[in-house]
Formats: sequence, C-alpha cells, structure tokens
Amino acid sequence: MIEFEVNGNPVKVDASEDTPLLWVLRDHLELTGTKYGCGGGFCGACTVHLNGSAIRSCLTPLAAVGGAKVTTIEGLSPDRSHPLQKAWIEEQVPQCGYCQSGQIMQAATLLAGKPKPSREEIVRHMDGNICRCGTYTRIVTAIQRAAEEV
Amino acid sequence: MGASGISRRHFLGAATGLSFAIGMAPGGRWLVSSAAANTTTEIGAWVRIAEDGAITIITPAAEMGQGSMTGVPIALAEELDADWSLVSLEMAPADAEIYGYGQAGSKRMMIVGSRAVRSYYQPMRRAGAQVRKFLMQAAAEEWGVDAKTLTTEPGYVVDPANRRRLSYGEIAAFATVPAELPAVKDSDLKEPADFRLIGKPVARRDIPEKVDGSASFSIDINLPGMVYASTVHAPVQLAKPERWNAEAVNNIPGVIDTVELEFGVAVVADSFQNVLAARRALEVEWARGAKAENFDSDSALENDYAEVLASKDAAQVVSQAGDGGRVFDNAARTLRAEYRSDYAYHAQMEPLNAVARFNKAGDRVEIWEGSQAPDMSRRNIAAALGMSADNVEFHQQYLGGGFGRRSINDYAVEAALVARAVGKPVKLIWTREEDLAHAMFRPQNLQCTEAALDENGKVTGWRQCVVGDGEALIYSGINLEDYYQVPNRQIETRGTSHGIRLKHWRAVAHPFNLFAIESFVDELATDSGLDPFTFRRERMGLTPKAATVFTAVEKLSDWHVPRADGRALGLSVSERSGSLAAGVVEISLDEQRGRIRVHKVWVAVDGGTVVQPDMARANIESGVVYGISSVLKERATVRKGKVQQSNFNNYELLRMSEAPEEIHVEFMQSTRAPTGLGEIGNPFIAAAVANAFYALTGKRLYHMPFTPDRVRAVMSA
Repeated sequence: MIEFEVNGNPVKVDASEDTPLLWVLRDHLELTGTKYGCGGGFCGACTVHLNGSAIRSCLTPLAAVGGAKVTTIEGLSPDRSHPLQKAWIEEQVPQCGYCQSGQIMQAATLLAGKPKPSREEIVRHMDGNICRCGTYTRIVTAIQRAAEEV
Repeated sequence: MGASGISRRHFLGAATGLSFAIGMAPGGRWLVSSAAANTTTEIGAWVRIAEDGAITIITPAAEMGQGSMTGVPIALAEELDADWSLVSLEMAPADAEIYGYGQAGSKRMMIVGSRAVRSYYQPMRRAGAQVRKFLMQAAAEEWGVDAKTLTTEPGYVVDPANRRRLSYGEIAAFATVPAELPAVKDSDLKEPADFRLIGKPVARRDIPEKVDGSASFSIDINLPGMVYASTVHAPVQLAKPERWNAEAVNNIPGVIDTVELEFGVAVVADSFQNVLAARRALEVEWARGAKAENFDSDSALENDYAEVLASKDAAQVVSQAGDGGRVFDNAARTLRAEYRSDYAYHAQMEPLNAVARFNKAGDRVEIWEGSQAPDMSRRNIAAALGMSADNVEFHQQYLGGGFGRRSINDYAVEAALVARAVGKPVKLIWTREEDLAHAMFRPQNLQCTEAALDENGKVTGWRQCVVGDGEALIYSGINLEDYYQVPNRQIETRGTSHGIRLKHWRAVAHPFNLFAIESFVDELATDSGLDPFTFRRERMGLTPKAATVFTAVEKLSDWHVPRADGRALGLSVSERSGSLAAGVVEISLDEQRGRIRVHKVWVAVDGGTVVQPDMARANIESGVVYGISSVLKERATVRKGKVQQSNFNNYELLRMSEAPEEIHVEFMQSTRAPTGLGEIGNPFIAAAVANAFYALTGKRLYHMPFTPDRVRAVMSA
C-alpha cells in the first residue's frame, strides 16, 4: 500500500510497486485526463507534476511517489482558471485534444519557474511533447499569452 | 465515463463549477447545459427546444480534432436563426438512416475525405430552415396572422406589424409537432449577406473539455467490473496464431485468460499493468505462409517496382485525355523523372482501443469507441458476433486523432469478441508498439512522370504511372485537370501486392502524387529557364481557380522579395475534396547534419464558403505540420514481413523545435458551397520542400521522406 497526495487529496493505492504512475492515476484513481500515448517517455501525453516538477508518469513507478505530491490536469485549477487553460481556450489550441493535458502540465512548470520565457525557452521546454495534430504554433502563442497574465 | 468516474473526479479532481454536465446518454456522449433540464420538445430528428429556450442540436460528425462537431451544427443553427449561446450539442446515435449524409445512393456517417462540413452543409441548413418554418407557422396560428408576415431574430419569432414576439421556447411549449416538418426549398435559405454564424467567429464546443482533462475518449471509459485486454498480433502481418503458452500466461497474477483472434491472441487481466506483464510472457507460434513473410520493403521499392513499371501489361488506366500519349512522338522536347515514397503511419496520438460490454443474456452489446464511421463499426461488430446491428449499441467518443485510421474498426471488433469470450466488460487497448507493428500504412510507391513540350515550350502531353500496392489507395490526387489544362494525358497505375495492411492516410495518395507532379513541374520550369509562377501560367494552362490561388500565394509570401542567405522558397499546389490551395515554404538546410528546416509557410486556399474561419485555419495549420512531419521524418519499413519501427523513438514525428515558426493562411472569398478543408493542408508540402531545396542547393530530392541520410547522400553526389 503506497500513500501519496493527488491534487491535494491523500490517497492509498494497493498495486505492485513497479506499476507506472500513469496506470495508477487512470485505472485505480480514475483520473483519466492523464493520457497513455507511447509508454516509453517519447511523447509526453502522460505528463504530470511530481512535487512541482513535470515528469512522465508512464516511466515513474508507484514506488517513486510514496509521500510525494502529485498534480494532474484535473488538479491544475478547479475551474479551468489557470492562465494556461484560459490561454488555451482563447487561442483555440486543442484539436483532437489527446496530448493537451500533457502539453498544459509541461508548460505549467515552465511558467512556474520562468514567468516571461522567450520563444526559444518555450520550444526547448516543450520539445518532448508531441502533438500529432500539429498545434505547435498555437501552443507557443498560448504560452506567451499566459505569460502576459502570470 | 460511468457515474463512479464522475464522483471520483469530483473527489480527486477538484473540478467543480463546470458550466456543463458531462456524461453518457443512451445515444452516446452528451454535452448539455443544466438549463436544458426542463421540458423539451423534439422538433424533427435534429432539434430539441426546451421551454426556457435552450436548444439541443444533434451533431453527427466524428470529432477527431477537425472541429466538425461544432462546424456542422452551425449550418443548422444559422437557418434556424437560433441564439447560439442557448445551443447545446449532443452526439448523434450511430444511425445512418436518420443521421447519415447521402453518398452514392446510400446514407453514411463515415467522416473521411474531408467530408463532414461539405456533406452536411446543405442538409443541415435545410433541417434548420424546416424547424424555423414550423416555429413561424405555430406562432402565426397562435396569433391568428399569416406566417408570411412574420420573421425571426435569434431565438424569437417576430411579428413586426403588431410589435410582438415569442421565444422559440415559448412556442415549443404549446406547439404540436407534425410527423413531417414543413418542406423548404433551397431558395428559402438565407443569403450569405444575412449570415449571423456562418463565416463569423464561433468557439469550438469541445475545447473547454480538452483543457481540463474531462473530454472523454474511449480509452477513458471505466465501467463497473471492467477488465483490461490487449492483442498481440503476428509480427509478420496477417499471420495466424497456431498455439501459445496459455497455461503459463494464465498463471501470472491478475491474468484472466487468453483469447484467440483471427490475426492475434488477446491477453485479458484485471489491470492494464498485468496485461502488459501477460503480453511480455506470451509466446505464440504463428502459422507460416503469410503473404508478407519474405517481403522486404526497401528492396521491393528499389528493385521490384522498377520491373513492375516496365511491364506494360500490368497497367490500369486511371484517366486519359486528348490523344493520350501519342503527342510524345512529335514533341519538341520531352522530360522524364522518377519519384519514390516510403510507407507512412497514421500515428494518431490515442492508441487504438475500444470498450465492449454485453448484457446478462449475452444477446446485446454496447461499444464505446471513437470512430470515423460509427454506423459501419456497428455493422462490422454485429457481423463478427453473428448478431443483428439492432443489438449493437454504439457510444461515440472523442477521437484522439483519426487521419483515416479510425474508419476501420478492427480493434473494436476485437474488444467485442474478447468481451464475449470472458463474459465481462472489456477495455481493449493496442499498445503503441502494437499500433505500429499492426499498422495500416499509406502505401509506398514508385512513380514515373513524363512531359511533352511543343515548339513554344508549352506542356502539351503528360504521362504518369504510379506503381504500388493498395489499388485505389495509390491514385488519388492525379487530377491534373483541376489545376493544369494539359490537353493530352495518360495516367496509369501498375499494381503489386505484398500482404501488408494499407489504409487511407490523411489525403490518401495526394501527398505522394503531388510530390511527383509538382516536383516535376518545377523541374520543367527550371529546364525552361522560367520562374515557377511564370512557367505555370504560361506553359501549364492554369485553370481559373488555380490562377487565383497561385496569384494569392505569390503575394502572400512576397515571393519576389529575396530571402536571407541560407533560405529559399519552394512552390506547390494541393487539390483535395473540391478545394484547391497553392502553398509556399521557406526552408534552410543544416548541411552537415542533413537536416531541412521549414521556417515559414504561406497557403492560399479556395474552399468555397468557409463556415468557421478559425477552425478552417486550424485545419490547414494541422495539415501543414502533418505534411512536414511526413516529408522530413516519417519512414516505416518492413523486413521479412515485420514492421521495423516500434515507437516514437524510431518512428519519429515532427516536434515543436522542428515546426514552422509561422504559418499564414488566406481563404479566397467565395459564396460556393463549402468544400473539404481537413486534408488540403498537407499534400503540397513534399514538392514545396523539394523545390525549395533545389532553389537552395541546385539538387533535386526524388525520394520521400527527405531524411538526413538521404539529404547528405544527395548533397555529396
């Protein structure tokens, strides 16, 4: 039984310690906003925050999150009010939307550490997150818009 | 998402105060404002109006990112004169007789070929106009006036003479809906100048759900008692399983069973983690003799295809005009070139998956799937189970990308078969590795283009032959007559067959056929010593539509303004689903690493009436990036019948650092009915990049994708 915190709530999970956090979130805790894209850390669809850092939940075993604070897209804000969520709506970023939880969670750690990132800094920070619909130019614009607000 | 999922989300997700309730209705997913909870009146198949004026419109097209879920009902709301802020959308049931569009004499819901808006536009407008006419007649009766004296404003029927009005909700509350709504003619529809929604900015309805994780894809469905499954397909595509270590796999903790399928074995367990353990432990002996067993894609494309090209008797004529090829005999000058393109994978971000649940008696099944063809999926599942389609209830979900892959639902058929075999609700997911190993590729191909020029340098003859597997999958997009008026044409395919799974990819064969056509036109322009625009205008016989988009993109891209050192421009054209676009790219080259970078893209598009300009622009941007990804990076190969790539580390997709910094899109003003925009963005990219590469280096690229090793080889040749 591993105990940790998800979106501010304490949870206990009974699963083998090598279970990736991705499946713990999706199947045990039914927080399905975090997506399975590749299972190998290549696409970033499963990005969540572990103690404030963006991590790939598909590569993070349950054992590694004991006592930690995990934030998922569902806990980023209670009402889509995070500046990135607002900017994502304003710029009409998502298309199929499948990668966007990961994109937003990845971007959130950039703005948390660097309120006014340059275009190059945005691209470097976001380069591990694939969007097959090709919303990259809108993601950059949305992050810049959100940065204005932070 | 089941009820438990919602309560769980509210506990853990801190998601409160949503303006929409989200859940499952019998017909599929719904998205309905809480205001619509009062008494509603169904008016025809498409519209429900509540007493308080809230309107629900049934939206029929699969939502895979292209925005049709919002774009299609806008046409109905326009003619209904609905107040869009009071409109909620509900996904249509998989019933093509009611919710399909007409295609080749039957009704279909399949969303492929950029069909959604262009197929539903007129029917949805007429449906909206019928409801509006009914509401006006009901109000006229109530007031005792002639309906012809009435008009509407968004959400209201208005009687200008007597200065009174009734809201649609008020009318719905008292009106009796007839079995048949009043007929309307196309001449009853609005003039474009009167549009309030079409062509005006309207936000997509799916986007709020896609920024907080609440959008429901089939992979997100959790049902009580549900178990997990994944299929291991034969490494050699389409080989059948003979025997496997079922006992050893069944002994793994959590494993429920293994299930034989036609081309694979499904493992079933109580968690997906245990499914993955079972996949690793499963050892299958596959039947020998699958057609692809000795197939090697690189050597076939390099050697065998040339032999097929040379064998005239394999030729199938796709189209012919003028004297076909005889003009070549008397031509002042002829040129010839060959082009090759590799297999490409759809790579939709959501791996293929579906959820299936049988009732207790086992004679009815529910399916949760994100499908481009829900009506067909229903029928296929029924056929595989030996049941009537009436006993298959389909719950359409958002699609985590489609691109043509999700119009065949082999994965959902598997989910249904496995659910029946284990007697429990099943979520069956192909791993990414499985999705790629058992992919259905865009066919690889070789093509030969030949042109005949007369003594004035005009192109008077065009011959093209495409060699490849997949029959209809290799010849779309050789519709020269949509942009070039070359009088004598002979277009052929020469088929071959390898036992590799193939499928419509975004814009089907257009991407590689336009690669050949437009690269070759650029070569002809160079040979003639003319600027690419001038050559097309003076020697290719541009159609009026093509002349318009070429001129627009020439201006949009400032074509004649010199670029910085190390940058160059390339021009090409896209034709798809009734639309036409001309595009220009600006590239640079990292010669040492062999890496081409596309920095800027300009596209001029004639897509008829643009129902939603921003959504349309997003579709073009998407196509452009999809195109660049495939043209620069995406290469699938098969050796001894096995797909060589396994995940995004070796089947690489374009990333943000490789994406263009700028994409400029201009739509031509038009009052024609809408034509397709979902796939017009990608077919021009290959030749535009190759032509820019020539402008930059003086060397031609003849094999797509233009991977670093190929680029280096071309540069050092």
